Amino acid sequence: MNPRNEALLAADDLHLSFGPTRALNSASLRVHAGEVLALMGPSGSGKSTLLHCLAGILTPDSGRVTFAGRDLSAMSDADRSALRRTEFGFVFQFGQLVPELTCLENVALPLRLAGAGRREAQRDAAEWLDRLQVADVAGKRPGQVSGGQGQRVAVARALVTRPRVVFADEPTGALDSLNGEQVMHLLTAAARDTGAAVVLVTHEARVAAYSDREAVVRDGQVREQEYAR
Amino acid sequence: MSVGHALLGLLESGPRHGYDLKRSYDERFGHGRALHYGQVYATLARLLKNGLVAVESEPGAGPDRKRYAITSAGVTDVAAWLTTPEKPEPYLQSALYTKVVLALLTGRDATDLLDTQRAEHLRLMRELTRRKTDGDLADQLICDHALFHLEADLRWLELTAARLDQLAARVRPGSDPLPPARP
Repeated sequence: MNPRNEALLAADDLHLSFGPTRALNSASLRVHAGEVLALMGPSGSGKSTLLHCLAGILTPDSGRVTFAGRDLSAMSDADRSALRRTEFGFVFQFGQLVPELTCLENVALPLRLAGAGRREAQRDAAEWLDRLQVADVAGKRPGQVSGGQGQRVAVARALVTRPRVVFADEPTGALDSLNGEQVMHLLTAAARDTGAAVVLVTHEARVAAYSDREAVVRDGQVREQEYAR
Repeated sequence: MSVGHALLGLLESGPRHGYDLKRSYDERFGHGRALHYGQVYATLARLLKNGLVAVESEPGAGPDRKRYAITSAGVTDVAAWLTTPEKPEPYLQSALYTKVVLALLTGRDATDLLDTQRAEHLRLMRELTRRKTDGDLADQLICDHALFHLEADLRWLELTAARLDQLAARVRPGSDPLPPARP
């Protein structure tokens, strides 16, 4: 990774308000290919809002988000959805798995949506479950597995399409210390193996310690740490 | 960390030469900071004087010809040490607190100071996390101990950052001074 390379994902001068509440106030950030970047900051500082703008889920009132040179705000909703499906992966605190599907089907789902055949998708999904050390829950539904197992399944689902960016919003927020550590270790190791960048929102320093660098969000603005390496 | 108690504890599995004892200590507890021979033998001499170890001499010269064995008083001493809690250290009026107050008093940017400190704490936490990830269970436990302490410092940094305006109003010249922190 060369930090001098052009950013894979960039936010420039983002502003976004929810009614009278100003969530982002001239927020700018660079995410480089393959890096693990932690977004830190107090509750309500705007870090999750920034993540949602970077991922094309929220549209800022002004400012620009570019991914691989493409302006997200200039894209149609359909193109943005396709981008999220193919280039981005998501891990949230909880509630991201479809409760009616088995864990294997959950992981296979993004591949099926991208047009893969059932058998091929399930084979890849099984490999990812194995890699995340949860092959034994393949046939179970999310409600039948522990929180730690569920988050590993979610990580497998986020990475199965080999996205270029994984957005993780408090991925260990609902887990105890040991399970949280295991999920972070597996998530960052798998992302590094596949070359995916990770944008990690967390208020926990021990979780942020799995990153390559951090950016601190405060009052809707970003203080970005330069590369020390 | 009481080196004497650690050496005594290691002797509970059987008598050893000073050299073996030092090697055993360094392997388990050294973590880059090996004991000096002088420290080992000085500690053993003290334990001997206090009746916590006994010496079994072997033919030959030099300190390594002596085998040290724990006595029953030594076993009692180890047991008492293990069951006595360590004194929690509150770190009141730490260097960081002093720096923050002085930055505010002198009109410097305390947020910058806190951000710089956070980056330094996180740099060390990354290093420990890498070491933990690559290491065995003993490395994991030792690194986790350090990581939890650093995390506590970081939580203090965050809280202080959130209270800087409040603190600035109290330390600004002309305002009521803060009461001195009690040790």
